[in-house]
Amino acid sequence: MVQVPTQFDVLVMPNLYGDILSDLCAGLVGGLGVTPSGKIGANGAAIFESVHGTAPDIVGLDLANQTAMLLSTIMMLRHISLHDYRNKIRTACLDTIRDKKVLTEDLRGKSKLYLLSCAKNAVLMSRYCSYSSFSTDLRSYLAMLA
Amino acid sequence: MAGNAWRSAVSRVVGAFKNATPQSRTFTRGMQTVTLIPGDGIGPEISVAVMKIFEAAKAPIQWEERNVTAIKGPGGKWMIPPDAKESMDKNKIGLKGPLKTPIAAGHPSMNLLLRKTFDLYANVRPCVSIEGYKTPYTDVNLVTIRENTEGEYSGIEHVIVDGVVQSIKLITEQASQRIAEYAFEYARNNQRASVTAVHKANIMRMSDGLFLRKCREAAEKHRDVKFTEMYLDTVCLNMVQDPTQFDVLVMPNLYGDILSDLCAGLIGGLGVTPSGNIGANGVAIFESVHGTAPDIAGKDMANPTALLLSAVMMLRHMGLHGHAKKIEAACFDTIRDEKVRTKDLGGNSKCSEFTDAICQRVRDMN
Repeated sequence: MVQVPTQFDVLVMPNLYGDILSDLCAGLVGGLGVTPSGKIGANGAAIFESVHGTAPDIVGLDLANQTAMLLSTIMMLRHISLHDYRNKIRTACLDTIRDKKVLTEDLRGKSKLYLLSCAKNAVLMSRYCSYSSFSTDLRSYLAMLA
Repeated sequence: MAGNAWRSAVSRVVGAFKNATPQSRTFTRGMQTVTLIPGDGIGPEISVAVMKIFEAAKAPIQWEERNVTAIKGPGGKWMIPPDAKESMDKNKIGLKGPLKTPIAAGHPSMNLLLRKTFDLYANVRPCVSIEGYKTPYTDVNLVTIRENTEGEYSGIEHVIVDGVVQSIKLITEQASQRIAEYAFEYARNNQRASVTAVHKANIMRMSDGLFLRKCREAAEKHRDVKFTEMYLDTVCLNMVQDPTQFDVLVMPNLYGDILSDLCAGLIGGLGVTPSGNIGANGVAIFESVHGTAPDIAGKDMANPTALLLSAVMMLRHMGLHGHAKKIEAACFDTIRDEKVRTKDLGGNSKCSEFTDAICQRVRDMN
């Protein structure tokens, strides 16, 4: 895994090994701050979550990075088959990070406007994809944030 | 377990009598005899390479070759050949190449047999980045110390009912204390700054809790070495992001199995990673942990680096630091130079050419 992680695809394993390997693999892609997670239960229950800590030192300071939460939400959208919405938000999020102009501190940027940027990218995409109700919602959300 | 304590006390006394021969363990003067177990596959050729390099370095080591392929003793119990056991008991120090476990029915794992015969309780793997052999990680310099006798590998499993199986993880005070104290002694003897206990005591409160307690007690007795504790999953996450933050890591069996291979992967794999097994009564067996590579055996293609670095570990264990440094530097310089490297290191040279290059550098340093 530490030599050529690209050789792996889906890995299934018992509890302890999973505890270890899931954190190891999260480390490979950047840590718990950018890793999504989902828990599947019996009777159709599923809970998607960010697995990082509560970071009490930066609470309320508008410094948090919501990538893990956002990517987990994206996992949730796919789970409930809202694939188009899923694709759009995912692309917006990843484009924003790739762009490197607006990043939270833990992603080696200094910006507080990360979420806004994600949202803006998502709106741009909805214009091209003509999901008008979606972009209306997003625009009102943006208005709320501004 | 009073029986074990009594038995080990008796063996210590008997050992003392056995050792009162003229050919005893004086590590700093005279030739020291070491048991050499070439092993299978590429084992013999890489052993020859190591012997050649040691001769070029004028290391005061003479080799006593032995075969450890298990035989059935009286009573039908599998054991290592008596002459091999006798040699190890006499010499105390061994160097071992890769062993293949015969497929014959009921044949035990060779490594397991050696471990039980000599009570090899600590598996030590120093993982140091090799300059000239690029991996995604640089400046790695850590040591994993793994408890090797109990834990999750105690082999105690049973069926509760059909479809429900239980496996017992055995953690004892004695074994935990022994490994913890070894870790701190190792840190002290090798000028390492800190020891980190790797555990999951938040989940396995009694077993890992006991292990952790013994580590804390050992830390109290070695206040010159810094002691920290970290959960296993956190260690793994941090290890793949920044391995330079780690120094000496001590942990129970399963975690050690995983982490030692993980760390070997960071520096280039099992082909370049040394390993040492420390046993009771002063026994220590140093070994390469890669496979026998039967596909390249006898073709002069093998890379002796792992066995050579294990032999260097052995020299340090014996206090022969000057020779250890010389041989290690010659090996690293040859790899860094990139002119003569075996195929697995990205070169085209034969094992013999690689060995000769190291020998030449060693001779130049003499």
